[in-house]
Amino acid sequence: MTGRAPTGVAVLHRAAPVVLGLVLLVAWQLAVVVGDVPAFLLPSPTAIVGELVDLWPTISSASLSSGRNALVGLLVGAVVGIGAAVLAATVRVVDALLGPLVAGLAVVPIVALAPVLYTMYGAASEVGRQLVVAITVVVPVFVTTLRGLRQVRPVHRDLMRALGATRRQATAAVTVPTAMPFVFTGLRLASSLAVISAIVAEYFGGPRSGIGSFITTAAAGSNYARAWAFVLGGVVVGLVFYGATLALERWGSRGGQP
Amino acid sequence: MSAVAVEATGVGRTFPGRSGTSVTALEGVDLTVAAGEFVSLIGPSGCGKSTLLRLVADLDRPTSGTLTVFGRSPEQARLAHDYGIAFQQAGLLPWRTVRANIELPLSMHGVGRTARRRRASDLLALVGLTDFAEHFPDQLSGGMQQRVAIARALAEEPSLLLMDEPFGALDEMTRERLQTELVRICAETRAAVVFVTHSIPEAVFLSDRVVVMSARPGRIRDVVDVSLGRGTDRDDDLRQDAAYFDAVTRVRAALHDEAGHAVRARGAEVR
Amino acid sequence: MSATTTRPAGTAATGTATGAPSMARDRAAGAGRGLRSVALALASVLLLAALWEGTKLLVPDDGWSVGEVRLLPRTTDLAMPHVSDMVARLVEPVTSARGAPALWEAVVLAAATSLRIAAVGWVIGVVVGFALALVMQRFRLAESAVLPLVILSQTVPLIALAPLVKGWGNKLELGSFVWEPWMSVAVIASYLAFFPVAVGALRGLQSPDAIHRELLRAYAAGWAQTLLRLRLPASVPHLLPALRLAAASAVIGTVVAEVSTGMPGGTGRMILEQANFASSDPAKPWAPIFGAVALGLVASGVVVLLGAGLRRYRRAEVAA
Repeated sequence: MTGRAPTGVAVLHRAAPVVLGLVLLVAWQLAVVVGDVPAFLLPSPTAIVGELVDLWPTISSASLSSGRNALVGLLVGAVVGIGAAVLAATVRVVDALLGPLVAGLAVVPIVALAPVLYTMYGAASEVGRQLVVAITVVVPVFVTTLRGLRQVRPVHRDLMRALGATRRQATAAVTVPTAMPFVFTGLRLASSLAVISAIVAEYFGGPRSGIGSFITTAAAGSNYARAWAFVLGGVVVGLVFYGATLALERWGSRGGQP
Repeated sequence: MSAVAVEATGVGRTFPGRSGTSVTALEGVDLTVAAGEFVSLIGPSGCGKSTLLRLVADLDRPTSGTLTVFGRSPEQARLAHDYGIAFQQAGLLPWRTVRANIELPLSMHGVGRTARRRRASDLLALVGLTDFAEHFPDQLSGGMQQRVAIARALAEEPSLLLMDEPFGALDEMTRERLQTELVRICAETRAAVVFVTHSIPEAVFLSDRVVVMSARPGRIRDVVDVSLGRGTDRDDDLRQDAAYFDAVTRVRAALHDEAGHAVRARGAEVR
Repeated sequence: MSATTTRPAGTAATGTATGAPSMARDRAAGAGRGLRSVALALASVLLLAALWEGTKLLVPDDGWSVGEVRLLPRTTDLAMPHVSDMVARLVEPVTSARGAPALWEAVVLAAATSLRIAAVGWVIGVVVGFALALVMQRFRLAESAVLPLVILSQTVPLIALAPLVKGWGNKLELGSFVWEPWMSVAVIASYLAFFPVAVGALRGLQSPDAIHRELLRAYAAGWAQTLLRLRLPASVPHLLPALRLAAASAVIGTVVAEVSTGMPGGTGRMILEQANFASSDPAKPWAPIFGAVALGLVASGVVVLLGAGLRRYRRAEVAA
């Protein structure tokens, strides 16, 4: 590749967000200490880390719980989303019906369903939350997968026809490989949504096992440093999901442009 | 298999347009391509040459007339893998290596692993890309991608090659080099070729006959016999030959209509 | 493919005459398409209702469990009221108190409250997001530094922000200005809304081809001129889907923030309140849910209308 910026500049750009983040953290700590900001307004980074260390077992188990719900919801939603997209790409009627449904789902707050799902599944069940996550995930996965299935270039379509390919051969040789990068992108978009939905669904009731429940409890008790410690746990879970799906996306698009 | 590769009688293709208007891409086309003959289709944009090629390939259906390929319908010929095709965009699958791209028709038509590899290696040698067998298309230049596409078109040793401006996106020097290679390959394999092009020199260099088409509606205006000898005799020296220039002039004249107005074709300069 | 139609020489003067009927035809076709979309939307709602009732019919009362985990829900009338019951409940009064308004009226009122707040949040989010995008486009270093942090910001659950925003708002003393609870909600909604705008606007501002950028460079156009003449128009196809997404995010943020700040009067609060009636009045909790759905649809519908006048910039629309 020609015209690459000199490596010094590249390093600067790589380091920039880290540097900015550190600067913000330091400014935060200074502001709290020097400005004598009370803890209920803005806990200091050091206090948060202190709570993180103290409550590590609770935080990690809560993170696992929310993470598990997010994962289950992500998997279920992905399977349903991909399946529905395949159906919509093949059967015109399904596409016409699902179109407005998905468009509607995309703009409504799905977490609003959390309370009624708790009623339907029982207040002690995690399935309600997992369903909220699944429904949230179906939307981006469906949309991106459907787009990928329709991305086949005309010249490749002509090639398959010219080679006398059967429907199955054409699908395996061209449609699926073309759609794969889009599927992975959809999963990446869905991953952070999954974690956030899992946590937010916990505000609306149900078993007090996940990050969201603990954040609410800590906030209600005005222990904001603790609340933020749990938030950190949630952020880490979100990053793990994002990183995993990003890696999947990178692996899936080697040797072919999306 | 009959000695006639392609026979078109009164072939026409009309496309229905929006709100009642329709476009006649082709009208009353009569053409015979003999086995082993190299025929070029040349004409200005909109004259239907690519449409005609697509009809032969059964990528589209004529709305009038009859069309046979080796005595069968185009659909039967397609399903029997009678022809190989090369498009203007190479159309290589970006997630397959060069070798895998060449092997595509073979693997889809049930050829075994060893036989596939052997054939692909032969073809790679034929087009001079043995060193790039494990590369991906995006690592290749345009000319190299087209060579892979040609190799793929030859994979099943077809008796008919259909090529739609395969060298259109390449620079002049690469074009000339690939033309020389192509005419040699086609003469060796004795395949019939229908070759769509914009370029008069290219059409003359490659073909036994040049079919000149006109636009609106697309039809055959003239057929020019390019008597420049067999394909195996054609090399770079031919481009300086007086008979070659003469043939180019005849084709160019055919591209002008009766009133002397030039129906412009691209790349019409002879250097 | 050159799709030219041959026109006899004498019709040049009647060009406008032949233009009008085809335009009317296009408009009729457009109206037909609109009707078709409405019909399809209704059909999908009916499909959902059919699915609901079908589940009630086929799945046993106690649901279907695999071991300890209940995979299919309870289908009693208490757990899953009939669709007809949900609709009927809407016209009945909210409480048994005398003079209480109909449930649907309460829902509409709450939804309108939330819509106003979401609108404010959306506007703030759009302004902040777009400003960030401009800065990130202008300075490559800003993009490298800020964009990852912007993406990171979205992994922070909203609930943590509520007390923060409330507390800071209360500290704000500008003359007679008082920080009201709804403002906290709007700020949190804008936190969700700014992200798609920042990302979408940035992508749009960076979208012009090299040849267009070089053209303006040849005209000695500075950054501001290039912005006005090239980047802004080019960003419209990226911006409009982002604005739609921001509207949906603002609505979600509003509903969730109402819960976490405890603000009364909005849809979020109503959802939580009505949830308590799940055992006594099973159809009641569904009313504010319908309200939330309507809220989302209206919000994005308004944004779509906003984009209606920008047709010629949208000839190559890109999905968000």
